Amino acid sequence: MLNLLLLLDIVPGPANPAAPVPETPQGPWMGFAYFGFCAVLAVVGAIATVASPNPIRGAMGLLLMIISIAGLFLALHAQFIAAIQVIVYAGAIVVLFLFVIMLLGSDAQTPSDQRGRIPRFGAAALFAGLGLAALTLLGRTMAKPKLPGDVGSDFGSIDSIGKVLFTDMLVPFEISSALLIVAVVGAIAVARGKHGELAEKGALNK
Amino acid sequence: MIPVEYYVGLSAILFLIGGIGFLVRRNVLVALMSIEVMLNATNLALVAFNRQHAQAHTGQVLSFFVIAVAAAEAAVGLAIVLSFFRLKRTVRSDEADLLRN
Repeated sequence: MLNLLLLLDIVPGPANPAAPVPETPQGPWMGFAYFGFCAVLAVVGAIATVASPNPIRGAMGLLLMIISIAGLFLALHAQFIAAIQVIVYAGAIVVLFLFVIMLLGSDAQTPSDQRGRIPRFGAAALFAGLGLAALTLLGRTMAKPKLPGDVGSDFGSIDSIGKVLFTDMLVPFEISSALLIVAVVGAIAVARGKHGELAEKGALNK
Repeated sequence: MIPVEYYVGLSAILFLIGGIGFLVRRNVLVALMSIEVMLNATNLALVAFNRQHAQAHTGQVLSFFVIAVAAAEAAVGLAIVLSFFRLKRTVRSDEADLLRN
């Protein structure tokens, strides 16, 4: 098991940099297989999010993509961010989406129609062209891929991220807590409506 | 060990999918989910670059803030969707014409 984690670059190798980790016979293939597995799942999830007509299936695709990206974070030495990703995205945001979709019921699924089709698909094609150009530029640098160096065992741990958050990044951290408070109050104020008309009329029940 | 370019390429592909979804789909809920896909792709690129330039934790801390902002954005966005649905009885984004004229 430790051997597998070493191959995935989750656990750092021996501390002495003069003695590199010995390549095992299966070599880097385990790492590539893990990356490919997570990457394919992430792309499938993203396509399901965007393309499925039913928003509940879309939310499930979003969940798949979030969890496979958390797996990629683990391979990138970002354990804390991977945990936050699962807790906040999968645990809070996707559940919030599902809550709203189920609150709206069958109205959450809009019927497809063809109005305004040309500008929408034209904009999407332009965006896709720009993205493909960027990917081509990236592909040129693939000829000499840069392999990341070794990092210490505490890189990306809760300990070291917490130290950065509470020293160098203290002001942005406090501001983000203020942002979350404002967002919560604003969300309640917007969703509640005037004088709680939701409760009076039972508007959401039709 | 995987080169950082692979992660950046995957991040670009995910951002592309999210952007196309945001432009094409007219269901407001799906548009919000497409925004989440794009934010996730950005986080992946940030963490991958931080893995390459591993002197500090800047990329990971920045992606932490991105996640916090995404949570706030989802809460406010879904509240607006609920309020919009109460007015118009639909979640189609082209029905949002209250500010027209």
